[in-house]
Amino acid sequence: MIEVVDLWKSYNGNQVLKGLNLTVNTGETVVILGRSGVGKSVLLKQLIGIEKPDQGYVAIDGVNISELKKRELFKAVKNTGMLFQGAALFDSMNIEDNTAFYLRQHGRPETGEAYSEEEIQEMVRTSLAKVGLEGIEKKMPSDLSGGMKKRAGLARLIVYRPSILLYDEPTTGLDPITAQQINELIVQIQSELKSTSIVVTHDVHSALFIGDRLALHKDGKIAYVAEPEEFLNIDDPIISFLKENLTHHPRAKKE
Amino acid sequence: MGTLTQIAFRLFGSVGEYVQLISETFTSVFKKPPSWSLIREQLYSIGVLSLGVVAITGFTTGFVLAAQSFYQLQEKGLAAVTGILVAKAMITELGPVLTALMVTGRVGSAMCAELGTMKVTEQIDALRSMSVNPNSYLVAPRFLAGTVMMPLLTIFSMIMGIFGGYLISVHYFGMSPNSYFDPMPIHITLFDLFTGVFKSFIFGIILVTICCYKGMKTSGGAAGVGKATTNSVVISYVLILIWDFLLTIALNTIHQELTIRG
Repeated sequence: MIEVVDLWKSYNGNQVLKGLNLTVNTGETVVILGRSGVGKSVLLKQLIGIEKPDQGYVAIDGVNISELKKRELFKAVKNTGMLFQGAALFDSMNIEDNTAFYLRQHGRPETGEAYSEEEIQEMVRTSLAKVGLEGIEKKMPSDLSGGMKKRAGLARLIVYRPSILLYDEPTTGLDPITAQQINELIVQIQSELKSTSIVVTHDVHSALFIGDRLALHKDGKIAYVAEPEEFLNIDDPIISFLKENLTHHPRAKKE
Repeated sequence: MGTLTQIAFRLFGSVGEYVQLISETFTSVFKKPPSWSLIREQLYSIGVLSLGVVAITGFTTGFVLAAQSFYQLQEKGLAAVTGILVAKAMITELGPVLTALMVTGRVGSAMCAELGTMKVTEQIDALRSMSVNPNSYLVAPRFLAGTVMMPLLTIFSMIMGIFGGYLISVHYFGMSPNSYFDPMPIHITLFDLFTGVFKSFIFGIILVTICCYKGMKTSGGAAGVGKATTNSVVISYVLILIWDFLLTIALNTIHQELTIRG
């Protein structure tokens, strides 16, 4: 379970998070919606310990990660993974090395013993196949399109089967077909890994397709959290706007 | 007044972060050294790929130094000390300083730009998200390679400078090879060599840590990377020159004390 309690964060005097609270149960997917620049990505960075809050804390399975020292933090978030907005693939490595990076750094989860090169290659191939990117192992990230980069980023994430997955704007900048492919991949990964997921987006179609619960990030806080149907009926100008702009309801497809 | 206070706070903050980066890098170097493949890559990038530029710099500096010295000394009937002058200057001052400046321009700027680009494209955050300490993975190998390669490159530059001076003195001004080389073993001491090598080791630490620090702290997209790269080179140059002066005074004072006592 992920608990975010009274989280405050500012940058150069600009208060981004203002006492944000959120609880995400084990195995569920919560999608955080909100306008651009409200601090949704900032929240994800606090959740994985990349940044520390000014006040408040984040607890993962009861462990307050906001107070941990660097070394302990790295251990605590070892089973957490994040898909970055621009995929954040390592430029200097090909897709195979990008995907194998975590496996080579940490070895087997139980013992830390190194994987053999054959095992790594098999896991990389399987992971890339899951996201529909077979045969691109030797390509460099600069050779890929935006959608392929996102999928390669997903492959790098799922290869080590993290129990907590964080997605930062997974469909931003993609055409509707590629965006839907990413949405479907997220749902597929979720059902396979049974992980706890938090997705940050301003794409309401994507949110309805993948979220068990939806949250609205507004004025530095989580204003509402509810199941999708209930969420759409909340009386709030932003939610009303989102509802009015829905051209179709992808959730129906999922069901 | 308010602005001055803000600048002072920002400066102290930056110094604090820089010291933290150095201490974390030192700790990771000794506690969990980076893999050999990462160090080898940096040794090649910092050392082998810098050989050309260091050779040209050392060689041409030796040329100019010998020519200038010969013209000046000949008038006083002291042309015979050209070789010692070139060797002494190359070993104690010009070798370490020019090598450090050239390596900063060639390697340090690239280092800062690479890390800066990784920072603004969230690749450094991606490392952290995979429980990999960026200081151990990115800075430590560069630090080790920089501190090993700088003294070696400096020795190479010294040799090239002395050789360049030899070519001009002997083949252009007509000095005999013996009069160029023979006084060197008498007047060039081990302390001179130690001074040059020790300086280059310190310069290696300065250029790698400053360039890595500026890279890791980059923000503001492509423009930010450009700004950070320029700053890293300028700050490294200034610090190298200041430390050169401080080390010259400190090392010579210690040497004199030891000579008097000994």
